[in-house]
Amino acid sequence: MTPETVMAGERRAAFDHLRLEGVTRRFGSAVALSELDLRIEGGEFLALLGPSGCGKSTALNCLAGLLPLSAGSIWLDGERIDGLPPERRGFGMVFQNYALFPHLSVRRNVAFGLSVRRVGKAEIRRRVDEALALVELTEHAGKLPGQLSGGQQQRVAIARAVVLRPRLVLMDEPLSNLDAKLRVQMRTEIRRMHQDLGLTTVYVTHDQEEALALADRLVVLRAGKVEQIGTPEEVYTYPSSTYIAGFMGYRNLLGLPAVTTENGRVVVGEGAFRLTGVPQERVSGPRAVAAVRPEDFRRAGPGDRNTLDVRVEVSEFHGREVAAEGVTEGGHVIHFRLPERVAPGERIELAVPVERVLVFAGTGAGTRAGTGARTGEAAGPADAAGPEEA
Amino acid sequence: MAVDTERTTPGTPRAPRRTGGLRHRLAERGVDRVLLLLVPALLVVILLFLYPMMYGVGLSLQPQKGGGMLANYRAFFDDPYQRDTIWKTLRLALPAALINVGVSVPIAYRLRGRFRGRRALTAILVLPVTLGTVLVADGLLRYLGPKGWFNRILLDLGLVDQPVRLIYNYWGVLFSLIITGFPFAFLLVLAYMSGIDPTLERAAATLGAGPWQRMRRILLPLLAPGLATTFVLAFVLAFSVFPSANLVGEPADETRVMAIAAYQSAFEKYDYSMASTIAVLMGAFELLVISVTLLVRGRLYTGPSAGGKGA
Ligand SMILES: Nc1ncnc2c1ncn2[C@@H]1O[C@H](COP(=O)(O)OP(=O)(O)O)[C@@H](O)[C@H]1O
Ligand SMILES: [Mg+2]
Repeated sequence: MTPETVMAGERRAAFDHLRLEGVTRRFGSAVALSELDLRIEGGEFLALLGPSGCGKSTALNCLAGLLPLSAGSIWLDGERIDGLPPERRGFGMVFQNYALFPHLSVRRNVAFGLSVRRVGKAEIRRRVDEALALVELTEHAGKLPGQLSGGQQQRVAIARAVVLRPRLVLMDEPLSNLDAKLRVQMRTEIRRMHQDLGLTTVYVTHDQEEALALADRLVVLRAGKVEQIGTPEEVYTYPSSTYIAGFMGYRNLLGLPAVTTENGRVVVGEGAFRLTGVPQERVSGPRAVAAVRPEDFRRAGPGDRNTLDVRVEVSEFHGREVAAEGVTEGGHVIHFRLPERVAPGERIELAVPVERVLVFAGTGAGTRAGTGARTGEAAGPADAAGPEEA
Repeated sequence: MAVDTERTTPGTPRAPRRTGGLRHRLAERGVDRVLLLLVPALLVVILLFLYPMMYGVGLSLQPQKGGGMLANYRAFFDDPYQRDTIWKTLRLALPAALINVGVSVPIAYRLRGRFRGRRALTAILVLPVTLGTVLVADGLLRYLGPKGWFNRILLDLGLVDQPVRLIYNYWGVLFSLIITGFPFAFLLVLAYMSGIDPTLERAAATLGAGPWQRMRRILLPLLAPGLATTFVLAFVLAFSVFPSANLVGEPADETRVMAIAAYQSAFEKYDYSMASTIAVLMGAFELLVISVTLLVRGRLYTGPSAGGKGA
């Protein structure tokens, strides 16, 4: 995790590992973060992922020292640091609203941390120039934050945090206030900077795409608790619950009774409708949830076995493909994607590979979709629009 | 006004374009039709405020005893008994305003944000303002007097042998000005402070700034314009001190402020012209301090005090 780079300075991570043990934070009687155990390796890019209100910012603020812990401890290599105030931790933080100092020019914003540390004038100048060049803001150095666009402000915030070569960089949804195009661009910039500067980064987001694209490892949170930890590939391909499946783009979460289980395969279905999949946990009882991603469906051809008939209800043109919604005989809504247009009302047969149907144990009173589907799906858009407490 | 001419002369083809350009130029400076809404307020100000003021200035230039337009002013500055009132007033008003603003900052810093009992505290603080200076002065006489609690505590503790004289002198008036002026300054400072985004300080902390650095580099610069405004208001409030200078001060000597001098001229010597002169001078000195403060304020950052866009 320490590639050769163009930037001068120490490229090796400043510590071996950071350990969180039973980190808990309560607000009154509400538990915002519950017994978080986590080990962050030096040089790693870790993403904390989850819907709004699941405790991501709380976890980050606890790490930064901006929120005292209700219980638990934080260790940096051998040293316990959860009692240190934020100014003595040496962690850089990028805030969701950037939190640039409005009365200071871009240059003095970036220089702030260095001048607090009484670094020499010439040294400050050199390092600030370097940081501004890194985020391509050299010609805006004299402006006040209010005179910059959102993307530029965001880059100032990043430059301000990384110019100190912090041991750990904490980012709280740094891209959520940018438009879609800029977001993808900045995402790449952040990843590049992480590699070039040999940083250790903890990145908070509610956007699964962002987390998958950026992180070496993902921590998915749900209501203050860890739901799954793994590489992007692991979490994406093998979500550990319907909740995570819903979050990872498994839009079809079909609540169906399990019919048979054998040879590591499980068949779910009702009436004439049958779907074979891979059980992700012990599936028993009348209820199971089959999770399928829209892009794993294709139009059935001769010889396809795992198929279902749907009547197309809505179809949206998305450029390279068509996203459509259909209904099965039994009333289950199916989201799928096809390379060509389908007309509403058309009846088509879809096929899906057995290993791309993940079957979870049902969560009791599931109706059409597992309960996880609701929370998972509601998370994305509601989060983006919702007001955000720090 | 140019806006209206444009309306009434649509016939000429070139005029609208020119006034249109003018309109844009004016709009760029924030001048537009909406400003006409200010006219009634302006009339009220002229009638109720400017006219009596000009009348007072006029009166001050017509000395009762003759001797030219500026005779009163000359008399005021030639007579040390009158002239010293300037210094005596400033000596009370400047420290009172500075203390009120200065003490408000750390307290408001602790109390900003939402907390339980903020409303109750605000109410308690507003109380002295509503009670008025006379009642406060009365309380001070009892509390700080030779037989008041304060002196009795000091005597009982053996800290002093003689009661300390804190009333009927400079200190009594200063205390009174602080008690009546502080809540006012505090509430203003608290409002200004609440307008500063708390994440800015959190950001400063993660960048290595301790509490003192955060205060000095972030909070105070953002607060400074508000402090200047508060200072101006607190100063004006203290400068026209009259009841407490009379009641808990030494109006014959140490606390003979300008307001008392004006009062004496008007109602003891029946020299309205001289009284007007003193009033005009009071206004002039207030204006001087205000101008200096606002001049300094103009050099400060006065933009928004939040750190960026979005949520
Ligand atoms: N200062 C606070 N006071 C009370 N409750 C809070 C406070 N900050 C956060 N919470 C609560 O803690 C939970 C987690 O919040 P947060 O960590 O901000 O979520 P996220 O960043 O994942 O959206 C939420 O339910 C939120 O309402
Ligand atoms: Mg958050």
